[in-house]
Amino acid sequence: MGVTEEDEDRADAWFHALSDRTRRDILRRVLAGEHSVSALAAEYDMSFAAVQKHVAVLERAGLLVKRRRGREALASGDVDSVRSVREMLTDLEGVWRGRVARIDDLLREDKD
Amino acid sequence: MPVTDTHHDLESRTVTIEAEFAAPPERVWQVYADPRQLERIWGPPTHPATVVDHDLTPGGRVTYYMTGPEGEKYYGYWRVLEVDEPRSFSFEDGFAKDEQFAPNPDLPVSTTQTRLEATEAGTRATFVSTYDSAEALQQVLDMGVMEGASSAINQIDALVAA
Repeated sequence: MGVTEEDEDRADAWFHALSDRTRRDILRRVLAGEHSVSALAAEYDMSFAAVQKHVAVLERAGLLVKRRRGREALASGDVDSVRSVREMLTDLEGVWRGRVARIDDLLREDKD
Repeated sequence: MPVTDTHHDLESRTVTIEAEFAAPPERVWQVYADPRQLERIWGPPTHPATVVDHDLTPGGRVTYYMTGPEGEKYYGYWRVLEVDEPRSFSFEDGFAKDEQFAPNPDLPVSTTQTRLEATEAGTRATFVSTYDSAEALQQVLDMGVMEGASSAINQIDALVAA
């Protein structure tokens, strides 16, 4: 499967979104359960508009989805997208497993 | 398999690997203290490592490059943080621009803590590796210094399919 320009743009947005500490914190909260944007805003020492902007970045990256309930905007995390960070860590685990196996091989040579 | 446990922390982007080796910590330490042994274990078979400078002391530097299947070279360095032979050491692992090994500020750094504890069977080793950001993770994968079948492209495919 090829990677289209659109896919690349989405990946860019995704990594940009996760590069900020506040956004990661927001994401952690909304992955744990749906939050209103105003409830999220109350958690940070910054303006409502600033928090709204962070939420919008996460939304554009496809990491967070929003719905309306009356006058409230409710945000929740998109668990499937976040799973990809897990996949990356799994890949890096593979690198370390490889090193462990090579150390083990090297140590075994001592006994030969 | 010598790996006994692994743990991922998504928030701090940390991978922890625990392994048991059938040799005492002093012997496992030598793998890192001897550049010729270190280069045999650091790079995957597709990207063997060559260690250039090697100073495993606090503040010291270890420089290396990995050579890919097409002859492409990836330059890297460790900035050694703490050393407590033969129990533990930690270092920052970053990418360098070229064979001069000047750190590349555009590429991410990861920090790895290695602990070696004596056990009846030999050594319990714990490797804790932390990546600065999700971008750092992605860039490390983009370098293609990977083991097994998966690649950064597959990850992006998985991402857009999610």
